[in-house]
Amino acid sequence: MKHILALLVVDQPGVMVRVAALYSRRGYNIDSIAVGKTEDPHVSRITLVVEAENEAELEQITKQLYKLVDVIKINDLTKDDAVERELALMKVSAGSANRAQLLQIADIFRAKIVDVSQDAVIIEVTGSEDKVEAIIALIKPFGLKEIVRTGKIAMVRSAVRS
Amino acid sequence: MNLTGAQALLESLRREGVEVIFGYPGGQVIPIYDAIYREGFKHILTRHEQGAVHAADGYARSTGRPGVCLATSGPGATNLVTGLATAYMDSVPIVALTGQVPTSMLGRDSFQEADITGITMPITKHNYLVKNVSELPRIIKEAFYIATTGRPGPVLIDLPKDVSVSACVYSYPETLSLPGYKPVYEGNVKQIKAAVAALETAKKPLIYAGGGVTISGAEEELLRLAEKAEIPVTATLMGLTAFPGTHPLFLGMLGMHGAVAANYAVTSCDLLIAVGARFDDRVTGQVSTFAPNARIVHLDIDPAEIGKNVRVDIPIVGDAKHILAALLSLLSAEKHEQWLKEVNKWKSNHPLVYQPHTDYIMPQAVVETILELTDGEAIICTEVGQNQMWAAQFYRFTRPRSFITSGGLGTMGFGFPAAIGAQVGNPERVVIDIAGDGSIQMNIQELATIASYQLPVKIIILNNGYLGMVRQWQEFFFEKRYSEVALNNPDFAKVAEAYGIKAYTVKKPEELKRMLTAVLNHPGPALLNCLVHPEENVLPMVPPNGSIHQMLGVGEV
Repeated sequence: MKHILALLVVDQPGVMVRVAALYSRRGYNIDSIAVGKTEDPHVSRITLVVEAENEAELEQITKQLYKLVDVIKINDLTKDDAVERELALMKVSAGSANRAQLLQIADIFRAKIVDVSQDAVIIEVTGSEDKVEAIIALIKPFGLKEIVRTGKIAMVRSAVRS
Repeated sequence: MNLTGAQALLESLRREGVEVIFGYPGGQVIPIYDAIYREGFKHILTRHEQGAVHAADGYARSTGRPGVCLATSGPGATNLVTGLATAYMDSVPIVALTGQVPTSMLGRDSFQEADITGITMPITKHNYLVKNVSELPRIIKEAFYIATTGRPGPVLIDLPKDVSVSACVYSYPETLSLPGYKPVYEGNVKQIKAAVAALETAKKPLIYAGGGVTISGAEEELLRLAEKAEIPVTATLMGLTAFPGTHPLFLGMLGMHGAVAANYAVTSCDLLIAVGARFDDRVTGQVSTFAPNARIVHLDIDPAEIGKNVRVDIPIVGDAKHILAALLSLLSAEKHEQWLKEVNKWKSNHPLVYQPHTDYIMPQAVVETILELTDGEAIICTEVGQNQMWAAQFYRFTRPRSFITSGGLGTMGFGFPAAIGAQVGNPERVVIDIAGDGSIQMNIQELATIASYQLPVKIIILNNGYLGMVRQWQEFFFEKRYSEVALNNPDFAKVAEAYGIKAYTVKKPEELKRMLTAVLNHPGPALLNCLVHPEENVLPMVPPNGSIHQMLGVGEV
């Protein structure tokens, strides 16, 4: 099953490589990885979406991650009530004929058109993985020229923890 | 205090109590070698960087203090790789220093540039590329702390040349801040109580001691626990010096080439107490039939070892010495008369045996004679293969940190340079490398090192003209197709003599003891080339992926 792991790491050069390399050499798979700064300038947060066959495998992954000197804290957000978001940019073929239809789809998904040219638009969508997948599926028939996704980030709702 | 990076490095090493560096010079470390020269820092020049890292390893294993090695950038650094992987697998504290091209040249495929921090990431506990001389003291402090605490391991520091020559205002930090690194030493009290309760009800308890006992210095606590609760003890290859080899409760090594009694005891026991051991595949054989009747207590300082290979009933994370002491304080004396009777019967029915031969020296006899002549007091280093297994089976260790062998990685060419490090760290002790004719040639250039420093290391080659362990597998499992294992060896005695080292060859069984005595009594370095039975096998043996109680070559008495 898929797990979302939130890692707090010391903001050192190479820390992403250490995390990613650990996965490949222990034979585990990463679905997505997203990294960014946190409220503490010395600490970064890495959000990993990983596949683990069972609890034992997840436990072993977590313990191996903890062995990295730069990993401070790991939270498995899968079971928590967490807000999960992903952002995608999609470049879609859009002539005058189908542009209105595209705008309508974007509107329904509360996506934004962030660039328009003669024959294409760029749509920005934010949401859960399901939502992103859904809009991609709908837009594909129009001619999806290029897509980029950030990978998932997640945060536990404060009511749960407090 | 204003110092260059190179001077700051040596000053920091001194503050960490480092007395010797094993190394090899090259372009990017000339400034460091200049500081070594000017300050007279003790340095052992090996003849290959691999020799240097193994020597640092042998020094660390035999003394318990971190070993330090130094190599130049590029090929110098990559020559450390096997040694670092060896040390990482066996949890040996090493601080490896490598030169690097100047920071302005990094990433340009400069001459002798190699991304050594990238290369060694999976085989070091941690590593650093120093970008600015001002970070150097902190990094060295952290490196020694990380290498020596928790589960020890090698740490590499990559030093670009401009860092070595730049000046800094030197101060050595008193404290360090590593928010992601907090080794646990004290065991959880609830878990310790659970282990005590399990021990109190166990009828057939068994201790399975690993290298962690030695690293923790818990030999005394282990002995007291075994005696107080009457628990027989088996040890891994890495744990052989954790318990006196001559003690009546000692069953010998377990696993693929373990003692029959040890493997039978694992299969029969109802409680297995693993102390600082990691259930390696060479120990467990087929995992599903390993200790099938036992509840398992696992003491380890590395949480990731718990449940990695086998299911564990009572895990206790922490340092062996602390946890064993806590167990001892809570445990009352126990008797296991019936169990000991059973175990002792296996022991006396299935001792380690071999058939003596009238024409050939038997390799086991060489180890037995070394044991007799050194009274179990020597530091024994080994290479890897049959020589290693015979040394493990037939030497009886009586002192801690006296068996220096590459267990996890199984590195041929390890034993001889490791013996150099062990001798440097223990000048008063007898240090012997039990070698094979294959392995010794993997770092034979170090003969020059023992000759030039007159290190009295003794090399005993069990020369059967084969890569013996591979030949044995080919005999057992590949219908004797001896593919590429016959070695056309040089005359090792002549090779040693060319380096100015006392050397003999012995072929007749009746001359073995006299020649071994001559070599061991020689005050300087010496080599004995023992021409042994070419096709003797290491027995007993658990076939690969077999169950450990089903061994080949089980002798009956």
